Amino acid sequence: MKALVAVKRVVDYNVKVRVKADKTGVDLTNVKMSINPFCEIAVEEAVRLKEKGVVTEIVVVSVGPTAAQEQIRSAMALGADRGILVQTDDAVGPLAVAKILKAIADQEQPQIILLGKQAIDDDNNQAGQMLAALMGVGQGTFASKVTVEGTSLKVEREVDGGAQVVDLTLPAIVTTDLRLNEPRYAALPNIMKARKKPLETKTPADYGVNTAPTVKTLKVEPPAERKAGIKVKSVDELIEKLKNEAKVI
Amino acid sequence: MAILVYAEHDNVSLKPATLNVVAAAQAIGGDVHILVAGQGAQAAADAAAQVAGVSKVLLADNATYAHQLAENVSLLVANVGKAYTHILAAATSNGKNFMPRVAALLDVSQISDIIKVISPDTFERPIYAGNAIATVQSSDSIKVITVRGTGFDPVAATGGSAAIEAVAEADDLGKSKFVSEELAKSERPELTAARIVVSGGRGMANGENFEKVLVPLVDKLGAAMGASRAAVDAGFVPNDLQVGQTGKIVAPDLYVAVGISGAIQHLAGMKDSKVIVAINKDEEAPIGTVADYFLVGDLFQVVPELTSKL
Repeated sequence: MKALVAVKRVVDYNVKVRVKADKTGVDLTNVKMSINPFCEIAVEEAVRLKEKGVVTEIVVVSVGPTAAQEQIRSAMALGADRGILVQTDDAVGPLAVAKILKAIADQEQPQIILLGKQAIDDDNNQAGQMLAALMGVGQGTFASKVTVEGTSLKVEREVDGGAQVVDLTLPAIVTTDLRLNEPRYAALPNIMKARKKPLETKTPADYGVNTAPTVKTLKVEPPAERKAGIKVKSVDELIEKLKNEAKVI
Repeated sequence: MAILVYAEHDNVSLKPATLNVVAAAQAIGGDVHILVAGQGAQAAADAAAQVAGVSKVLLADNATYAHQLAENVSLLVANVGKAYTHILAAATSNGKNFMPRVAALLDVSQISDIIKVISPDTFERPIYAGNAIATVQSSDSIKVITVRGTGFDPVAATGGSAAIEAVAEADDLGKSKFVSEELAKSERPELTAARIVVSGGRGMANGENFEKVLVPLVDKLGAAMGASRAAVDAGFVPNDLQVGQTGKIVAPDLYVAVGISGAIQHLAGMKDSKVIVAINKDEEAPIGTVADYFLVGDLFQVVPELTSKL
């Protein structure tokens, strides 16, 4: 079966972001960009399913600027077979991304579609669920274990209070939690090979999707600063402060 | 203007998170209705009817909704929600699971994890792991929103007397089945609702130390126990204890971070706590930048001493 994996180019998770002085957004000039960590886990899971002989081809898609090619190449270096870049310089919201992915899924007919559970920039946690709704298929969100059993997909999910197992009819959507797997590092020969793998470039218009957002960002501000705290020297001092100064115990 | 609030419940009782969502609905303003979807959920609907400021409770009681499967719940909510200007749910794992489906079915955007209502169409929400706060305005005809509980003080659980109306329809998409569930049992207060949270990190070194060193302090304070991702990944404790960007978001009166360095991903889940205490042997640990009180020392000596002196 074919697997479709969606990846997003985001600011690297180690970067401490700064809000721009004009409050229009976060300053991303000269900041290190990477593949979103949850997306990397989605790629790794697809590659493992291929190594098990369940998946035969992995198609990786990214919606974003021309530079998102780098993230598609990274996914190919990890084992994806070919890539599709849906090129746009606009900020595209989760619903528009889901519509683009739906159009691609209609063409490619994958049996399993893997996404990260959320992007670490907008923290939305929406695209996978929206895609599942548009396709009218089942979803296994926040997956910590995925098993293909014939025509169904068993997904262990992380939920508040513990874990839940659901059984989905294929085709189905999976969004990955951090505990699903540990992504491998790309070896140099694989990075070289990835350069030769096919990468198609499209635009949202090719799929008839209007990316104009219905949610407008009016401003972006830094969060309220916490006042600098103090170092306490002993347990007694800590208890005294908590009782008399902070009055929380 | 009428607002539909999706109830978080276990069929028998209403989860406290619902009360925070009702508070957000009241900040938007308008008639507030609660939808209870479940199986054998009359008791939860009765509890919802008593919530202060709620004018109607809708009860969809059907086997289809027994396990809150997103595929089926979203069909119900999208259908019932068409008559409303706003649909709100808690940003719990359940709300996060089905609400984006509702939005897509209604062909509108979703606004995730709001922490403040500016006006009926304008909201604040954290982005970049809480390192920036975005003010967003929606032009959609129906606003589909998930609410971060810690951003809103809960309304009173009693004092209301709403009428309960049955919703007859039950859609089953037939694409998913519930297999099993494994919930961690705990006598302690719920992590996201607790007044005091004590969390352990990698510094705890193993799971036995959580039991031996941290639990006595947790119980002495009547606190909920949390953990950092490092502690969860190392297998010290189950992952439903995880506090952070990818775990639970808490904002208690007192947060005690024991042996936690304070990575961005952890801070995103707790830095809105009223008072933060850090216990760490590394004086340079980033947790120091958010802690009100920082006790530098070996947790294996400090924590038992703290427990005995409280």
